[in-house]
Amino acid sequence: MKILRFVAKRLFMSIFVLVGLSILIFLISRVLPGDPVRMALGPRAPEWAVQNMREQMHLDKPLYVQYYYWLSGALHGDLGQSLFTRRPVMDDIKEFLPATMELALFAGLIMAIFGILLGAIAGRYSNTWIDNSVRIFSYVGVVTPSFVFAILFLLLFGYLLRWFPTAGRLSPGITRPPAITGMVTLDSLITGNWAALGDALWHMVLPAVSLALGGMAQEARITRSTISDNLRKDYIGAARGFGVPERLVMLKYLLKPSLIPTVSILGLDFASLLANAFLVELIFNWPGFSRYGINAMLRKDLNAVSAVVMVLGIVFVIVNILVDLVVAGLDPRIRLGAERSK
Amino acid sequence: MAFWKRPSFQKRWDGLRRGWYKFSKNPVSVVGLFFVLLVSFLAAFAPYVAPYPQHAGRFVNFSEASQPPSLKHPFGTDVFGRDILSRVFFGFRYSLMMGVVVLALVVPPGVVLGLLAGYYRGTWIDTVIMRVTDVFLAVPPLILALAVCSVLTPSVFNAMMAVSLMWWPWYTRLVYGLASSIRNEFFVQAAEVAGASRSHILFREILPNCVSSIFTKMSLDMGWVILIGSSLSFVGLGAQPPTPDLGTMVADGAKYLPDQWWIAIFPALAIMITVLGFNLIGDGLRDLFALEEV
Repeated sequence: MKILRFVAKRLFMSIFVLVGLSILIFLISRVLPGDPVRMALGPRAPEWAVQNMREQMHLDKPLYVQYYYWLSGALHGDLGQSLFTRRPVMDDIKEFLPATMELALFAGLIMAIFGILLGAIAGRYSNTWIDNSVRIFSYVGVVTPSFVFAILFLLLFGYLLRWFPTAGRLSPGITRPPAITGMVTLDSLITGNWAALGDALWHMVLPAVSLALGGMAQEARITRSTISDNLRKDYIGAARGFGVPERLVMLKYLLKPSLIPTVSILGLDFASLLANAFLVELIFNWPGFSRYGINAMLRKDLNAVSAVVMVLGIVFVIVNILVDLVVAGLDPRIRLGAERSK
Repeated sequence: MAFWKRPSFQKRWDGLRRGWYKFSKNPVSVVGLFFVLLVSFLAAFAPYVAPYPQHAGRFVNFSEASQPPSLKHPFGTDVFGRDILSRVFFGFRYSLMMGVVVLALVVPPGVVLGLLAGYYRGTWIDTVIMRVTDVFLAVPPLILALAVCSVLTPSVFNAMMAVSLMWWPWYTRLVYGLASSIRNEFFVQAAEVAGASRSHILFREILPNCVSSIFTKMSLDMGWVILIGSSLSFVGLGAQPPTPDLGTMVADGAKYLPDQWWIAIFPALAIMITVLGFNLIGDGLRDLFALEEV
């Protein structure tokens, strides 16, 4: 029940953030200079057509009226029509979002698992050659833009060594499993289509790894420093002195509390991962939401841009709540503190 | 002011020297400083140190197009026959300018808002400032910057404005956390009791205790802002092609991979070196000041 109340409280607070975000993105799309209708219709469209479309989009009304139309539409699941594909933005998003979620989740898993693993090993064996190699790796990971990783991997593993496919989600010969969730890996898992599953994973490796490396380096750095700090604390010495088996000391007494700072920044790292997906999807020609978003931005497709940013805002609200729940699960101080305040 | 005496020049000089001594004991931060100084030097004197300064902008020489790295062109030439080494030197200018301009625009308002919200913690000022901050932090800065750039005409200047518009909340949040705990310290209460003005308390009592964190964050952020700037140029929403921006150069070069690898790889390495330098300095400062929250 406590957990439910916590989630309800966070959701309630998130509503304000999302309303604020909707105002912000609305202002960005309507107040800044540039004429979206001209952009959509082209410079040679007759004035009456431009005027018609403006009226159709309510762009001729005052800002607060425009915002009202936009928000009431959004609440009914109508995010307007894309100025470019001429389809409802909602349909576009439904089509493209699963591909990005699939990629981001896969990359997020790689990031969390390997980041924590590398950091834990480096922290446990701090100031050895292992620690130094992990440190060098994490510097390279932190300072390299993910689009550079993407280009390098594409070049090395895609074109030169030909180990991985260079674009798309599936090879031409593979039939796509029926869309249940829209995520090819999950769909093929559900339908038991192992060939498609393997092929889909194969296509995801390069983009996912290019996305994951930056966050992975951050996670490794943070885990390393907390583990090596905690290792020197008295309670670890005490546990060892009592003869607690080393495995138990490491996993239960050292790793679990050391993960709190790492998990707290996982949300931020996942956020920057999704931001970088905007570039990486473009490079790997991944037919996802971010590629849709970046194309919308390049074409000044106002409705699509606002919708893309709003959807990302909602995704982050959910991710942050999940992260807070995991942190609360790991950290008894937060759990008990929350209890006392009630 | 009776309760705040300006430290003597000698005292400041000694403090600076002590700081440098501690900073220089960490070889990694010195390496970072070296990279930053090198990049700044090359950027500042690009017209004089670049072997072919005229290649920075619009220049075409197809007889030397797409040459691999050689003694004449250490980083090779691009498809228009322009020397990539020279263009990288000029590219440093845009990267550093991006970082400096964005931070100069972002830090003062971000810090002042954070100080206000932290000092007036629990009042409506706190609520208004921090809720607005939350909205900006709800989506990664790169995406909001992309969205802003998409409605503006793409240019270096507009990219800077877009990143600045999205970056101040990070400083507000950092300073807010610091200020709201410092405001309960005895020296702040003493100043309040002594009748010090609000601006004295904010800027003379609280702000000096935040400076080390702010500087450390600025050093790390130089790297992040440069990364974001190059990402904007990479997708074509920042600097436009004849401009020798590192992100634009990577994007151009990516079209000619894998055969003419040098066109994209050297500008990419240049971005990495710049960001690495600022990151190493930032880490050194963080260790120096023993900070945790940055």
